[in-house]
Amino acid sequence: MSSIKKDATAQQNADAYWKDTLKLLWIVLALWAVVSYFAGIFFASALNNIYLAGYPLGFWFAQQGSIYAFVVLIFWYAKQMGKIDEKHDVHED
Amino acid sequence: MDDLKLMTYIAVGLSFALYIGVAIWARAGSTKDYYVAGGGVHPVVNGMATAADWMSAASFISMAGLISAMGYDGSVYLMGWTGGYVLLAVLLAPYLRKFGKFTVPEFIGDRYYSQTARIVAVVCLIFISFTYVAGQMRGVGIVFSRFLEVEITTGLIIGMGLVFFYAVLGGMKGITYTQVAQYVVLIFAYTIPAIFISLQLTGHLLPQTGLGADLANGQPFLARLNTVVTDLGFANYTTSSKSMIDIVAITFALMAGTAGLPHVIVRFFTVPKVRDARSSAGWALVFIAILYTTAPAVGAMARYNVIATVNTHVAQDKPLLAQEANLKAEDRPEWMKRWEKTGLLKWDDKNGDGLIQHYNDKSKNPEVLAKAEALGYKGNELTVDRDIMVLANPEVAQLPNWVIALVAAGGIAAALSTAAGLLLVISAAISHDLLKGVIAPNISEKSELMAGRAASAVAVLVAGYLGYNPPGFVAEVVAFAFGLACASLFPTILLGIFSKKMNTQGAIAGMLTGLIFTFCYILYFKGIFITPMAENIPANWLFGISPEGIGSVGAILNVVVALIVSRVTPACPDHIQHLVEDIRTPRGAGTAHAH
Repeated sequence: MSSIKKDATAQQNADAYWKDTLKLLWIVLALWAVVSYFAGIFFASALNNIYLAGYPLGFWFAQQGSIYAFVVLIFWYAKQMGKIDEKHDVHED
Repeated sequence: MDDLKLMTYIAVGLSFALYIGVAIWARAGSTKDYYVAGGGVHPVVNGMATAADWMSAASFISMAGLISAMGYDGSVYLMGWTGGYVLLAVLLAPYLRKFGKFTVPEFIGDRYYSQTARIVAVVCLIFISFTYVAGQMRGVGIVFSRFLEVEITTGLIIGMGLVFFYAVLGGMKGITYTQVAQYVVLIFAYTIPAIFISLQLTGHLLPQTGLGADLANGQPFLARLNTVVTDLGFANYTTSSKSMIDIVAITFALMAGTAGLPHVIVRFFTVPKVRDARSSAGWALVFIAILYTTAPAVGAMARYNVIATVNTHVAQDKPLLAQEANLKAEDRPEWMKRWEKTGLLKWDDKNGDGLIQHYNDKSKNPEVLAKAEALGYKGNELTVDRDIMVLANPEVAQLPNWVIALVAAGGIAAALSTAAGLLLVISAAISHDLLKGVIAPNISEKSELMAGRAASAVAVLVAGYLGYNPPGFVAEVVAFAFGLACASLFPTILLGIFSKKMNTQGAIAGMLTGLIFTFCYILYFKGIFITPMAENIPANWLFGISPEGIGSVGAILNVVVALIVSRVTPACPDHIQHLVEDIRTPRGAGTAHAH
């Protein structure tokens, strides 16, 4: 672990990086919960009155939509994390 | 030998030859090859291998059947087993990759600076992995016995021999590339029949849009299916009949359980960089989503087709409860007779009229029951095991024989790829964590590799035995594995990354609380090894949460106990807090395991 820099500016930078990371993390987890728990479970019966491509919407979220959303979320997260890594200069070579 | 059986032998034989060829080409030379495939696997390749590793006999064989029987309530499996990848990508995989070691117990042991924590993690891992692998071996046995008409035992021995060959020889490197081949086989085997069936019913090429589309007569498929099942006294297909809290608990337990399964986590140790671990989780989910978004269509359409087989009024839009609608037993198709032989499909002429009456004789709708009684029905006469829906699907839809043969090869691929991944984490836990880590730290790399191979040989034999004498039904055993992963490993790893102050006492107390609580709750209602101590009904459950969902409560208990204990015991030492800070930043991942 010789690579750990203990000076104050490096520590500040690490804290700022972690703060940005956690902010993104909460956004991703919020969206994750919205497409699955909220649209697919809590509000599923209300959404079932709306139709999307022949599907009742709540049922669609539970059996199709949430899965598509998860895929998009992970790639979006990976891209945003890449930007945060570079912003704080902690990215891999 | 008939045409179908011959074709099945060819399909299964060719796929086996492919796996063996790949395994020889990619065999392991060093411990790094053996545990993490040399650490240089491309993220897309790793994603595909992860998908095969993850999608087991339960996903391939059982899931669509569960959805078919449960309708909307089957969504817990769809959301639960895919949503876990979001947790993996944002909470665990990149940080564990940065840590850069070979196994999950190794992370827990180093992070919590304690051999005891490492051993507790090994115990959790072995329990989770063995329960899971027993289900896979059982799946191999079922496919062999039905399609190749050999004894389940013979099927098991062939499966064990094959897994032994490439897991023991090839280690993680062999497994990775065989899993890629197995993914290709299983995804074709799953989607081709689904495409055929979707085309037959709705004219849509994609099952994903076919499920929402209209039947040939212009009626929306899902609306027609709802009418069919409710007219026969079953629950509405597209709405829920479970309590909401239980659905939430099961979904969360499956999500966190997925993220906490050791054989899935270690796949992310094989990619070169931290950023690859993030994108690789996305690729894994892309490959998984192809099957998981097809499964709802397979389930719903199989339900419709099976009912339509025995009730001729389904396709004609006439009242379903009518004697002239019911199929004459002597006219029943060949596939029904074939499955009757396995005991997984049963027809019983309760009222002795030679017709097959299929309806819900325990319906909550008194009108259905009264009408059935007036017609002289004496109870439901057809029972179809949920586990045969996917396997029987191409036969039900009268697809060509080569499609049926392909499904058999796909089912075996799904079971073998998962079994191999599980056996590898078991062997790594024994040779790397127990032997090298605790018992004999000075062992040479060559001896460690030998010990790893010996451990996986023993693990194969135990898995085979468990597959032959399963400690309960496959679905029950799988609920066990997820509940335990959710309640023990997932929270402990999570706290290890996100709470710098979490110490060894807190982690061990939390892990044991989660593990023991979940273990006892499932045992209390399901028995498995003992006689259940209470009837497994909602009225008896804690907060109305079923044994399948109790891992969620176990995870919360784990976190609460860990936080409380860590506040009243000696603080986490400085060098560990620095280690955690180091794990959190990506730079330097390549050299991390040199220290």
